[in-house]
Amino acid sequence: MTKPWDTTSEHLLREFAPQVLGSVARRFRDFSSAEDAVQEAMIAAFTQWPQEGVPENPRGWLIQVASRRMTDRVRSEVARRQRETAVASDVEATAHVDEIECDMDPDDTLILLFMCCHPALTSSSAIALTLRAVGGLTTAEIANAFLVPEATMAQRISRAKQTIKASGVPFRLPSPQERAVRLPAALHVLYLIFNEGYASSIGAHLQRLDLAREAIRLTRDAKALIPEDGEVAGLLALMLLTDARRAARTGPDEELIPLDKQDRTLWDRAEISEGIELLTAALSKRSVGPYQLQAAIAAVHDEAARAEDTDWPQILALYELLKRVSPSPMVTLNHAIAAAMVHGPSKGLELLRTLDTDARLAGHYRLDAVRAHLLEMVGDYEIAIKHYRIAASRTTSIPEQNYLMTQAARLAERKLS
Amino acid sequence: MKYILMMNTMRAGRGVPQWAQKDRQAHIAFMIGLNKELRQSGELVSAEGLSFPDQAKLVRAGKDGVPITDGVFPESKEFLAGYWIVDVDSPERADAIAAQVSGAPGPGGVPLNMPIEVRPIMSGPPPEML
Repeated sequence: MTKPWDTTSEHLLREFAPQVLGSVARRFRDFSSAEDAVQEAMIAAFTQWPQEGVPENPRGWLIQVASRRMTDRVRSEVARRQRETAVASDVEATAHVDEIECDMDPDDTLILLFMCCHPALTSSSAIALTLRAVGGLTTAEIANAFLVPEATMAQRISRAKQTIKASGVPFRLPSPQERAVRLPAALHVLYLIFNEGYASSIGAHLQRLDLAREAIRLTRDAKALIPEDGEVAGLLALMLLTDARRAARTGPDEELIPLDKQDRTLWDRAEISEGIELLTAALSKRSVGPYQLQAAIAAVHDEAARAEDTDWPQILALYELLKRVSPSPMVTLNHAIAAAMVHGPSKGLELLRTLDTDARLAGHYRLDAVRAHLLEMVGDYEIAIKHYRIAASRTTSIPEQNYLMTQAARLAERKLS
Repeated sequence: MKYILMMNTMRAGRGVPQWAQKDRQAHIAFMIGLNKELRQSGELVSAEGLSFPDQAKLVRAGKDGVPITDGVFPESKEFLAGYWIVDVDSPERADAIAAQVSGAPGPGGVPLNMPIEVRPIMSGPPPEML
């Protein structure tokens, strides 16, 4: 019995990826080889299912194919070494679909996420491995998303797996103490995937895989697995509340449109309501973390029908809280903008001066961009132009650079006329 | 983040063609080894060596857009000899790779310590979020 292949099937296949991998990795106690075996099973499904239809029990099918690959590997390994026959027979006995189905454990996906976001990995490796092992994306898709050759991405993933293998992490849920350390790292990786996707959805990269959507999907899964954690919900809310503005943030020529100039009718209402609902539930819990606070700030922006309706005093209060909970120069920078909106640009400029000696921000274009903006508000066009230009020369983002140069040119023309 | 590492041609009369066979081979082996290393670390986006400067010409549009070419150039003029595009986790890592390239062996196996120009590629995200 099979069902025809349709557009939802591909999505379904990805949903199964972490469950299948978790199940196989736990049974064979070898994450690295299991990951290869599951990728092979996924590729087999991608080639067979569109022609032959989707099997009645697709997850069982994937587990069976992946387990068979693993058994083959173990067998050849055993033959090579002429020992460990007990392991081979043990493995053979388990490769039965019904039994495998009973053995599914939703925590497997969570273990995978923690494993892929292991602190021993660099962020780019953790991102690649998470997308492949938890997200079920192929190496080619991930390579395409980051605009690097497939061979390079394959190496990055394989090295990440080696690092995990060498670190000797067992395939089990981290203890509550370990979890307190690992969860923020995992959330940070999901956040980076979203940010990369949100940034690259501009212009020439439109045809790339939608990483922002993938990040939302993965965070949604994480939220389902850890419903009690306010920061997981906060991160999901932040993603939804930011993604909601996607259609409005670029113009017809792919130019960046700042928040106060966006056509707010283009904002995605469904995403905003979902984000606000999630956030409200999360904020009712005991501890308030940085993702919830950032989501709350995004929500205040999203709730304003017009830019001039923005509740800046509330945003300022939220930034003050964020500065206490999770201080960073970027938070101080955004706090200065909020302070300028509430108490006037001079107050904002005064706060910016505290950042001049901060080595973490030295030479960062954002400081010049914000300063230029506040100087423009004060009416000091000459110096504002200078800072817009410095910021433009320092950013490595083309849309941002165009935006900053446009601001400088606009002010220069206004000064002449 | 992606960076381009650019290496210029060496001063006239001191370039690879003038080296002893052994030194030339050591230099090439070093470069092949480095590329392999970068491929295995999952950082190499692309690397190309360019033809010798005597193949180079400058082209500009003349009347009606007809190309007007200019060349051959005096040997003293510096040209891009080759480049690497790498995708790395930090600016420091890009610098470290550049230093590796810079120290490629020259005549007698002595490190060349040639200047390598390192520049970020415009691929950064606009920071709408923190």
